Amino acid sequence: MTANAVDAMSAACPAIPPIRIGGFTLRSRLVVGTGKYRDYPTMQAAIEASGADCVTVAVRRERLVDAQGRSILDFLPLDRLTILPNTAGCFTAEDAVRVSRLGREILEQLGNPGAGWVKLEVLGDRTTLLPDPVGTLEACKELVKDGFTVLCYSSDDPIIAARLRDAGAASVMPAGSPIGSGRGVANPSAIRLVIERLKLAEQGGSADYPVIVDAGVGTASDIVHAMELGADGVLLNTGIAHAQDPVRMAHAMRLALDAGWHTARAGRIPRKLYANASSPWEGVISHIPGE
Amino acid sequence: MRIELNGSPKDLDGSPTVADLVRQLGLERAACAVEVNARLVRKSEHPTHALREGDRVEVVTLVGGG
Repeated sequence: MTANAVDAMSAACPAIPPIRIGGFTLRSRLVVGTGKYRDYPTMQAAIEASGADCVTVAVRRERLVDAQGRSILDFLPLDRLTILPNTAGCFTAEDAVRVSRLGREILEQLGNPGAGWVKLEVLGDRTTLLPDPVGTLEACKELVKDGFTVLCYSSDDPIIAARLRDAGAASVMPAGSPIGSGRGVANPSAIRLVIERLKLAEQGGSADYPVIVDAGVGTASDIVHAMELGADGVLLNTGIAHAQDPVRMAHAMRLALDAGWHTARAGRIPRKLYANASSPWEGVISHIPGE
Repeated sequence: MRIELNGSPKDLDGSPTVADLVRQLGLERAACAVEVNARLVRKSEHPTHALREGDRVEVVTLVGGG
């Protein structure tokens, strides 16, 4: 296809609108993590290639013995990125609330808009890293009361998803599969139920309620899959950071998000058991078996 | 005076404030936040918040994560 033809098709195809989460607006529907990269320059290049304008970071003890260590903040263009602090590593609601407040304190000092929100994770155990639904709900209520815009990491259960939404979560982020597992959307029916519960009016939902599939993405097709199921966006880290070529994978993830967004709205054909020829039968000169 | 700083014991002279501790650690210009006994001490309160014997202090920053 010529460059002009590609441009013409892009012009005919509606642009992907920004995503709104509480009072926040993001241009890209891909949110990426900043952990597990081999080095900061690779992280920075991968974020750039992903097109993300929001990245998530963790809150940890200052390494007091290594004052020469470079800070991740030197490699994040804070004027262009909204930082989303997370509560990764918290196993109780109380700790998640503490970490949220510490993250807000740092981002206020940096003057980054991310001071107003948090990616809430209250984990159940270290081996599955699955969310503790009771602790998550408890922390969500507390943080909403404290003025945070709360994005809740959740399991793919539609009932707890609705409870979190009702507790004031600005977004519910169901896991496609366990964090870092690279298994993609392990239970598409469950993700679909979560999305319908949160977005369909007849189920008490609202079409503009943002649902972001968070965790488990291993490759670009996982993002397409999540978007085809009706997700508004995808959050991932390991799938890019641990790819052999993280920058190239980030680029692929960006394209996958666009592909998934459009395919979800283009109206796919129904699945059929039998074939349906693409070339006409009329005028066939060959012998057709059985006819 | 002995406090617990980021999980390890630390001896301090006199009766320092949180701001004194942050300065002593060379972090006055770093992006960090301080908790004393599991309660956030906001930056504006650092100069007036006096540390006490046995305080559990956490000094945290942002790191890569997902």
